[in-house]
Amino acid sequence: MFPELNNLLNTTPDQVEQGKLTLLCDAKTDGSFLVHHFLSFYLKANCKVCFVALIQSFSHYNIVGQKLGVSLTTARECGQLVFLEGLKSAVDVFFRPQEEPHPLQFLREANSGNLQPLYEFVQEALKPMDSGEAAWRCPVLLVDDLSVLLSLGVGAVAVLDFVHYCRATVCREWKGNVVALVHDSGDAEDEENDILLNGLGHQSHLILRAEGLATGFCKDVHGQLRILWRRSSQPTAQRDRSLTYQYKIQDKNVSFFAKGMSPAVL
Amino acid sequence: MAAAATCSTGTRSTGSMVVAASRNNVTSFQRRGPRTSGTDSGCSRLVSISGTRPSVRNGQLLVSTGLPALDQLLGGGLAVGTVLLIEEDKYNIYSPLLFKYFLAEGIVTGHTLLVASAKEDPADILQELPAPLLDDNCKKECDEDICNHKTESNVKMKIAWRYQLLPKIEARPVSSSRFGHYYDVSKRIPQELIEASKWHGFFLPEKISSTLNEDPCSLNHGYIKLLQFIQNIIYKEGFDGSNPQKKQKNILRIGIQNLGSPLWGDDICWTENCDSNCSLTKFLYMLRGLLRTSLSACIITVPTHLIQNKAIIARVTNLSDTVVGLESFIGSEKETNPLYKDYHGLIHIRQIPQLNNLICDVSDVKDLAFKLKRKLFTIEGTWVQALVRNY
Repeated sequence: MFPELNNLLNTTPDQVEQGKLTLLCDAKTDGSFLVHHFLSFYLKANCKVCFVALIQSFSHYNIVGQKLGVSLTTARECGQLVFLEGLKSAVDVFFRPQEEPHPLQFLREANSGNLQPLYEFVQEALKPMDSGEAAWRCPVLLVDDLSVLLSLGVGAVAVLDFVHYCRATVCREWKGNVVALVHDSGDAEDEENDILLNGLGHQSHLILRAEGLATGFCKDVHGQLRILWRRSSQPTAQRDRSLTYQYKIQDKNVSFFAKGMSPAVL
Repeated sequence: MAAAATCSTGTRSTGSMVVAASRNNVTSFQRRGPRTSGTDSGCSRLVSISGTRPSVRNGQLLVSTGLPALDQLLGGGLAVGTVLLIEEDKYNIYSPLLFKYFLAEGIVTGHTLLVASAKEDPADILQELPAPLLDDNCKKECDEDICNHKTESNVKMKIAWRYQLLPKIEARPVSSSRFGHYYDVSKRIPQELIEASKWHGFFLPEKISSTLNEDPCSLNHGYIKLLQFIQNIIYKEGFDGSNPQKKQKNILRIGIQNLGSPLWGDDICWTENCDSNCSLTKFLYMLRGLLRTSLSACIITVPTHLIQNKAIIARVTNLSDTVVGLESFIGSEKETNPLYKDYHGLIHIRQIPQLNNLICDVSDVKDLAFKLKRKLFTIEGTWVQALVRNY
């Protein structure tokens, strides 16, 4: 996790907000550093994490996680982390048909696809243990990323349904959190992606949007992060709070600074 | 790196519902380092795969694309387990060249090749590969090119002298060229080199049958056949570590030509609202899954300028690791632009993967142009030449 981002979001691993849906989106840049941040943050906060990693292999997240101070292998062995490696499972389900329902069953289906097996996988992974003792703080579902489901033939409505079910179970029933990454296609006119992004944007409590700089490529400032807090818990309508920072990604950390205040410029 | 027996990431049964592969899981993204225990013997075995080298940034195993200038722009080479997507230029003149450089590099370094095409027989593609310039006569022939290049660039800049200090992209051959070779496009590769190499060909009209007896899963029939073919080769020849008795590990180089074109049976190039608009993206995802769990690298050329739906281009880009776009000047107004007088086209590095890392090594120079000479495919930043000429 990045300490500076924790300060900006006003959270620490000791006090974790519960019952929230966080939407990560990136436009014209790569927002995967946010996924690494939340993964290491929730593992350090002693939460039980179910990570649906559809786009990269386990060792990729493991190596970056080690730089950020968490070991995914250890977490997986002791049961804190349930990792669905999308790429490996997709090869299994595609070339060797399984009898029992597989979370990525929709890959073998012809049209539109149903994410119910995936939801049942998440449910099974995160359900609170009946033994009574709370080993972990709260369940967290992390998805990287949802846009790839659209590329695999699942409709935007099916993905929204999946997120809705997960939110109802994980956030509302079990007081956990859901974090998902969606790419913003920008001017590529991807209607399905826009439906997904807008739908999730309305449901989320926190939106973190990583954008490339409008002026183009810069070596010292890699992009701009917009943080938007929505649906604050107080009933008295407070306006949604929004902050913008620019960032630079380094080997083990990401540094944030106010717009125009990059250390390279000052 | 990808030591077969150690560094296994097999899942334990602590409530995990992931369907575990029954054999050892070999990924090519393990980090080589003193921290990972028990991999020292594995690492020494891995370094000995010919034609590969570890990346200086993150220890990732790299192979050469066949173009040393492109290797440098991609951060040292193409990472094993990733896909290099070439967006074809308008008349498909230079992208087959990059495709052939990649395959020729595989033959010279002794890698196994898998060539897939819907247009040409893979055997014919292999016959047309450029001849490699081997170290002894390469130096003599390339030195004269370098002399010409250096005399131009040694013209001292009097006013904008700071630009002289900025780095140029190195195009000359490195003396110890076990990684990255140079090719002479005017000559064909010697027949004995092709016969000594191991290759598999997939020619779509031969493999596809008229009756569809597979269960439909919204993937194009040709793509399904190609995926099965690739998976079969990877499994049978042990590129995924399923055959640990094999003494010498090798890399599988996969080349797929004109993917997404109508010859593959895909209709994304002629209609905007196509029925199976996720066929190509699904194929790329499954291909990525196959590559990540094996010692292979893949080059794909896609005619993106023909794809009608821009959303599909964005999705295809997101599902590929490295994306390079070629834009040739033939037939465009840039042909007469004095700035581009010496060049044949522009090369756009659209995406570089960030593997095992938070940051990626992006080159500083963004306006890159390429020039094809008989023995050298050079890539240069265009503004350098413009300044040199003006002063």
